[in-house]
Amino acid sequence: MTEGPTSAPVTPREAGLEIAAGQVTPPAELLNLIEVRDGAFGSRGSGDTSGFGGLVQPVVMPGPTPPPYGGWFDDLAGELELALADHGLPMRSAVESVVVDRGEITFYVRREHLLIFATVLRDEPALRFEMCMGVSGVHYPLEAGRELHAVYNFQSITHNRRVRVEVAAPDADPHVPSITSVYPTNDWHERETYDFFGLIFDGHPALTRILMPDDWPGHPQRKDYPLGGIPVEYKGAKVPPPDLRREYS
Amino acid sequence: MATDAFAGSFDTRTGTIYNVSGGDWDTISPAADGQKEQIVVNMGPQHPSTHGVLRLILQLEGETVVEARCGIGYLHTGIEKNLEFRNWTQGVTFVTRMDYLSPFFNETAYCLGVEKLLGITDQIPERAQVIRVMMMELNRISSHLVALATGGMELGALTAMIFGFRERELVLDIFEMVTGLRMNSAYVRPGGVAQDITDDQVLRIKETLPLLRSRLKDTTDLLVDNPIWMARTSGVGYLDLAGCMSLGMTGPVLRSTGLPHDLRKAQPYSGYDTYDFDVVTVDTADCYGRFLIRVGEMKQSLRIVEQCLERLDKPGPVMIQDAKIGWPAQLSVGSDGQGNSPEHINHIMAQSMEALIHHFKLVTEGFRVPTGQVYSAVESPRGELGVHVVSDGGTRPYRVHYRDPSFTNLQATAAMCEGSMISDVVAAVASIDPVMGGVDR
Repeated sequence: MTEGPTSAPVTPREAGLEIAAGQVTPPAELLNLIEVRDGAFGSRGSGDTSGFGGLVQPVVMPGPTPPPYGGWFDDLAGELELALADHGLPMRSAVESVVVDRGEITFYVRREHLLIFATVLRDEPALRFEMCMGVSGVHYPLEAGRELHAVYNFQSITHNRRVRVEVAAPDADPHVPSITSVYPTNDWHERETYDFFGLIFDGHPALTRILMPDDWPGHPQRKDYPLGGIPVEYKGAKVPPPDLRREYS
Repeated sequence: MATDAFAGSFDTRTGTIYNVSGGDWDTISPAADGQKEQIVVNMGPQHPSTHGVLRLILQLEGETVVEARCGIGYLHTGIEKNLEFRNWTQGVTFVTRMDYLSPFFNETAYCLGVEKLLGITDQIPERAQVIRVMMMELNRISSHLVALATGGMELGALTAMIFGFRERELVLDIFEMVTGLRMNSAYVRPGGVAQDITDDQVLRIKETLPLLRSRLKDTTDLLVDNPIWMARTSGVGYLDLAGCMSLGMTGPVLRSTGLPHDLRKAQPYSGYDTYDFDVVTVDTADCYGRFLIRVGEMKQSLRIVEQCLERLDKPGPVMIQDAKIGWPAQLSVGSDGQGNSPEHINHIMAQSMEALIHHFKLVTEGFRVPTGQVYSAVESPRGELGVHVVSDGGTRPYRVHYRDPSFTNLQATAAMCEGSMISDVVAAVASIDPVMGGVDR
């Protein structure tokens, strides 16, 4: 399922995104390309008699949603636009795209504007997202130039709302501004994301590893992190790492 | 200064460093020229009062804590990474082991996320939801009992510990009866729960509740008006609302500031809006207030469990009807232990090849979950337990991240402890009630 570390990155265009995205073709660079699947049953190394062997399917995350977003999402977007404008920042330059999926709204924010975006979320009375529920990293190795994502969930107790903010950074320059100055709770969360993904949060007071040992090499939650097998004390046998085991999907 | 082979000293830019390997402080360090002397003490990771493998790095001036920092990671097991190599159903077996004192919350939060991704949230059978709620509320009681027990032990109230753990066994016996395991049950599954609960079991839970109720009273009576307990916890570990907000505190710590924020009321899931219960708050913002909240919440949980038991009189399915998601078989206990029911084995082995193929595909490969990401949150005994689930459309999670309340709340250690006595650190950490399995995952 997971692409091995040796496979070359495929650009969204090479993966045939235009076909997959359907009638409204969103800009390819805004989509999260996860994987390009071929065949239907994941069989490898033997002849495929199913007739599906030639199938090539790009796997993408849900694409941008055009406004109106429905429900209170539109109020939220409107308030955000006004509040950002107060800071001299047009919504269009701060937010790459908005995705409404499964009743949740996600703002894809350009990383250079994350700090101001978070400040607005917290301080604007109409928004009032008092709490940040931390940051979670996601690694999309195939999304060229946007491999590392930091996903923030905010909660407003005043308005009883939740919103998700996602920023992306390229693997070659894994820097994202820290929002600990706005939400101190993100101190440990950002350290955790750094620990596991190698995302560097600029402005964090002490960005060190938190769960892995200090001298641990690499960032284990990345998709290209090599997995170890388990040596068995029987004639040098070894349980292979999970990505090399027999699988049924 | 005396030069001692066993207790040498040397000067550095920041002051004199003493290496002590024996002897008496007075002979080693003759009052360092009127300076206030600070020492750094490692408390833990192996220490009976740190609530698990938590390492506290305390900078002390006498017995006053100048700086307090936490060292965590000693229980990191890479569960989130492991999840990415197992199918969606197997994931439950991993997440239940995170916060080992509240397994049903871990399982339910994960399953709610998966169900949201699948778009089947409103297809979960009524009975399955009632069972989930009942197990979660029983779990809240058992978890709070451990919080009182270990908290009491850490402050020297050993009777509270014995009582707390004894009462917890009553709840764990129920878990064992229903799921087969005292802890780490992997009972809540995407689509419902693993196994139906029988009338006989419902009856036995009903019989246990009065005993549990009276025992809870005994246990909490030990501490509620206990002057020693109050002296150790009142006004200790203070954290006000602004501190809680900025540090992302949830659960009893947040409610001890007087804010009645509870996800079961604010953003109901699993039908919590149909149950009758109160959100317990106090306004003292200290350890004693958090203790009172836990006591109150256990009573409220009992109320919810009683309402669940009434609803369990009505039979019904406990797994989603969609055969592409719901596990094909019910388990049963045979002469050779627990396994698939004989009827199901007979069906797939003797009657229907398609059923056998379906069983095999669903069990080995698992179901596919459409691409996307969701965040689902439940109110665990320690606060908001949030799960960020990402699917790549495959049979395995692409990424699962747990926002564990223990992890987040533990950050408040410094804010609660600095400036207080070292003995108050123990009380403050106990009032946060961190479970290191959840912190380190």
